[in-house]
Parts: sequence; C-alpha cells; structure tokens
Amino acid sequence: MARTLFQKVWDAHTVRVLPNGQTQLYVGLHLVHEVTSPQAFAELRERGWPVRAPERTFATIDHIVPTRAQSRPFADAMAESMTDALERNCRDYGIKLFDLASGSQGIVHVIGPEMGLTQPGMTIACGDSHTSTHGAFGAIAFGIGTSQVRDVLASQCLALSPLKVRRIEVNGALRPGVYAKDVILTIIGALGVNGGTGYAYEYAGEVFDRMTMDERMTVCNMSIEGGARVGYVNPDRTTIEYLRGRTFVPQGAAFDKAAAWWLGMASDPGAPYDDVIRLNGADIAPTVTWGINPGQSVAVNAKLPQPDETPAGDRAGLVEALEFMGFQAGQPIAGTKINVAFIGSCTNGRLSDLREAAHVVAGHHVAKNVRALVVPGSQKVAIAAEKEGLDQIFREAGFEWRGAGCSMCLAMNPDRLEGREVCASSSNRNFKGRQGSPTGRTLLMSPAMVAAAAISGEVVDIRSFPVRETATV
Amino acid sequence: MATTPSRITGAEGRGIVVRGDEIDTDRIIPARFLKTITFEGLENHLFEDDRKQLKERGQTHAVDRAEFQGASVMFVGSNFGCGSSREHAPQAIARWGIKAIVGVSFAEIFSGNSTMIGLPIATAAPADVERLMAAVDADPSVKCRVDLATKTATAGPVSVPLTMPESMRSALMSGDWDATSLLVDHYEQVENVAAGLPYVSGWN
Ligand code: SF4
Repeated sequence: MARTLFQKVWDAHTVRVLPNGQTQLYVGLHLVHEVTSPQAFAELRERGWPVRAPERTFATIDHIVPTRAQSRPFADAMAESMTDALERNCRDYGIKLFDLASGSQGIVHVIGPEMGLTQPGMTIACGDSHTSTHGAFGAIAFGIGTSQVRDVLASQCLALSPLKVRRIEVNGALRPGVYAKDVILTIIGALGVNGGTGYAYEYAGEVFDRMTMDERMTVCNMSIEGGARVGYVNPDRTTIEYLRGRTFVPQGAAFDKAAAWWLGMASDPGAPYDDVIRLNGADIAPTVTWGINPGQSVAVNAKLPQPDETPAGDRAGLVEALEFMGFQAGQPIAGTKINVAFIGSCTNGRLSDLREAAHVVAGHHVAKNVRALVVPGSQKVAIAAEKEGLDQIFREAGFEWRGAGCSMCLAMNPDRLEGREVCASSSNRNFKGRQGSPTGRTLLMSPAMVAAAAISGEVVDIRSFPVRETATV
Repeated sequence: MATTPSRITGAEGRGIVVRGDEIDTDRIIPARFLKTITFEGLENHLFEDDRKQLKERGQTHAVDRAEFQGASVMFVGSNFGCGSSREHAPQAIARWGIKAIVGVSFAEIFSGNSTMIGLPIATAAPADVERLMAAVDADPSVKCRVDLATKTATAGPVSVPLTMPESMRSALMSGDWDATSLLVDHYEQVENVAAGLPYVSGWN
C-alpha cells in the first residue's frame, strides 16, 4: 500500500504499542543543548540509569553563549554554570560535545545538518521546538520537553501518538524578492498559528522541489509556529547532493546504498493524506509580521488589518497586538521605523542567508540610530562566510559581525532589545518579550528584507530596494 | 518530579482564570528564567512580564490577585502554551500550585510536557470554558473540580464535559504518565528495531 514518508519512518521505528495506546518509537539521532538537558541528566543520575546510546547523542551550546566575549569563564556566572553542567554531563556519559573550541559549535539545528548528522528517514529528537528544521531532509524530527529528553537519554525512545499528515502543495514560481521565509510566513498566515495541531506538514510541489536545502530548512523550521510539531520535505537529488561528503555521511559504495534507501523513504505516489492544501507560489509576496504571533503578518506593500474585516475569533488578538506594538489598524507596514536589525537564528543564520543579506547591504551603510548585527548560525558558517569576505561587507556597511549562537532570537545571552525598541529580525518568533525586553517589538521577515530595513532605517519593500549590481557576492 | 508515579484522577480546589488566547511559553516563563540547571523557584516568575506590564497600567494579573492565591485549577483560552518547547512552563505552573488546566485548546508540545509531569490538561467547548470562567470570576471561592474518570469539569454550579486524548487520560489514571520506566523495559525489543535500520546497523 502506498505510504507517506511520515508513515514509513513511523513504521520503521516502532518498537511496540504501550498500554496507554501510545507508540514506543526508536530515536535515531538525539541532539542536546544546555538549556533543556540539565534536569534530565540530574534525574538519570538520581535513578542510576545510563545513557542508552551515547553514540547516537550529540551536544552543543547555543542558547546562552555570548556572541562577543567568548572566552571562559563567561562573564555571566549562570551561563558559565550551565555550560559547565553540559560539559560534565557529556564527559560522564560519553556524549560528543561540539563546544566553542571544536570549530563545529553552533545552533543545534544548524550544526546537525551541516555535519551530515541529519539524514533522511531518521527519527530525530531534541529538547527544542525548532527541531522540525531537520525535516527538510525527510527526517521526522520532534521538538520535545525535558522529561522526554530524559526518556530518550535513558531508553533511546519516545512515547508518542501518531500524527495526521497534511500535504501543503505550493506550485508555480516564486516572484523576485520572495524568499523561503515569505513562503512559510504566508502558509502560517493562511492556516493559522494552531492550524497544524495534531498534524505533520509535508511540504510539496514545484516551489519546494526547486528550493535548496537551506531554504527547505527555513520552511520546516517554522512548522511549529503554525502549530505543527513536525514538518518535512521528501528527499530528492538536492538532498542527496547536499549530504555527499559531509562528516557523518557514509562514503563510497555505502553512500550509494544510503542514497537509494533515503530516496525510497519519500512518500509514494498515491499515498493517503489526511488533508491537502494548495497555494500558488506566484501569489506570495515579501511578508512582514506586525503583531505578537507569527501568524499576524502582511505583504510588505499591504496595510495592517482592520478589526471589522477580521474574523470575530481573531479580533481580540488583533486589538491586543496593535496595542502592544503601538500600531494603528489600517496603517501600512512599510515605513515602520526600526531601531535594531538582527540577521541570524536557526531559521535564517546559514551561509546562503548571509550571502543574500550581504548582497543587499554591499555598498550601502546602516541607517543612523540603527543597531545592526549579523550572527552566523555556526562556527562553520562563520568561517565559510569570512572566507568569502562577507564579514567585511557587513562590517563596512556598519553591521557588527559576531560569533555563532542563538543571540537575539531569544534573550538568554547578552544580546537583547532594550525598552520599546523595534527589531527587524530574521528569526522565528515575535512573541511579547521574546527578544529580551518585555516591551520590545519584533518584526519577522527574510534576511534580505532585514538587510534592506537596516540600511533604510525602516521597513522597505525589497523589490524596490536599490541593490548595487556591481556588488560581487 | 516523583520517582514513583502515582495515579492521577483529577484535581479539586479553587480556580484561577487566566484570560487571553495564544499565550505562549515565553509569556508563561520568560527565557531569562531558563538560566538554571534545576526547575526550582520557577513558580516565582510565572507570567512575570505580563504581571509587570499590567501592574504598570494599574491592573492586576490573575496570578497576583489575592482571591486566586492557593488555586488548584487553571482556566485558559485557546492555543495555550504555544511556542517554545520549554518544560519550564508547565513546571512553573505546577510549582505555583496548579493541579489541572482546563482550556479551549492547547499547543501540542505543551500538553505532552504537562502530562509527562503529571499535570492533567483538558479541553472544553469555548462556550463551556467561558461559563466555567464566569462562575469563578463571579465567586472565586467556589469549588472547582476536574474529574478524569467522568471527563467533567465543575466550577460551583457549572458542570461541563471535557475532552482529552484517551492515551493521556489513561496514562494519568493508571500512573503510567512517567513513561521512562516503561520505555527502558524490554530493551532487546529496542535493539531489534535498531538492528533493522540500515543507518544504525551499517550500510553494508
Ligand atoms: S536560534 Fe532561536 S529558535 Fe533557534 S534554537 Fe536558538 S533560540 Fe531556538
């Protein structure tokens, strides 16, 4: 019988059905970071349990890492003690840790794929909701809580209920100035921030077929912002070519065998879906969020919604968001003044994102009164970008060039908004307080649009931004 | 967190009404309080930024209102607990004293995390949630009850049917909500599954 990728992966990893009806699912790759793991390790110690599969477990530090002064001990004692705890736990349990000295440290969802740890057909778990990123490879990747981190450490398994599968098909061609970020923001806007509850999202159609792996990661990353715990793209030649030669990927004849198995995990033609949604790629515009959840967005050349043209159920949310943001119903989003520009995060902190942004800023300068920073998603991304001279382009344009980490995506490190600052951000969440100031304001958009906003000092339409064609990026 | 899970059949006590939809986990417990290697003391920072902002406007967050102190059952709106997977969010709520949450809808990771720490999460129709909230607002001293066996929630005179995934309900009621012990049993079965996966057993 024809099956979806989700079903194939689920079936291949099922250990048994538990008494409560949940499935015990084997986890092929467990990624660990400093924030959601210490309590899990503490319980393991308390119960005297070993880590079952340390060879399938990899760790890094990303959330609390300062992106400027990175020498140890960190200035922030709590950050130091969390790092220390992770180091001790990894040492005691024989887990490979990609620390600051490794040259491979970075945001957990950036380093897994770039080292080839993330592979098609796998089940992947990590104590972080953006684990859905890894679905770009055709893996089924779950964000989990700390008690589940403990479960995976102790048993290499999770107790889960199966998800329904919704196929989101986007056909046609994207217009110039429209990026993967705009595609996923548009999908979330159309289906709602809780539209995906109970579903895995399968992204399919010409738009995703043509995307690079980096772009697919941007899309899958934000599945959770649409309420879907899991999002994936079926593996294809693009996936295979991305993986070829990466550190943890098999070589030679073994690679060909792996590639055949990977491709075989893709959804079969005629596989049953619980729901199918179709969008037209040509209808998608550069998109900006104006509110306090990622579903509250508009095309950059459009106006904020009016309460009376908003469905009754969303009206209270609209009023609350407008009040928090200090915006008026019906005002245009373009022209909104910004104070901070942030390029980075597991959504848009990869090399191709930095290239796009550098292409926009080359030959320009950051507007007066705008604080702009670029934070590479990993040390490898930073090194590759520096080799291409991107850091120079950013520095000359007045951006700060930082070390790898989560940085201003969530304020658990020194990078944060102050007071009512407005931030054009390439990250994934515009929740109240997300960027560190309880009253700070976040506008989510593509890295190219963040770059253009940094230069202009306000939200601008990338399609009319004067990109210097002489720029050699 | 208990090492020997117990059977959880529901909760009883006074109620607390936390109004609003899409209350994300960054609002339930702001990220800066995640800089810790234990869950201890998180209850002191529950909804901290929301509380502060309301205070500045001369209003009082539910968590700060005298009549809601010591409450056991929390009533919330839709998509409660969306966003970050931080278990610190249900931990903070549970440590504040809440024994069950009833709402219009919950984000998936949040409800999973809550079950894992023995905190029942149940949904009711929007109008029913509103009636429960109104009953508690009208008299915060009324007795509230969440009964997993009959799948009902009551607040004083109001009684409404609840919905929750059967797996969640039976896990809580049987005491299996802490799945770790079940998962570590029969590891040979796990090894069999692993051996059948070429990326584990080797591509030869
Ligand atoms: S970059 Fe942001 S969303 Fe991604 S893992 Fe770090 S904090 Fe989470």
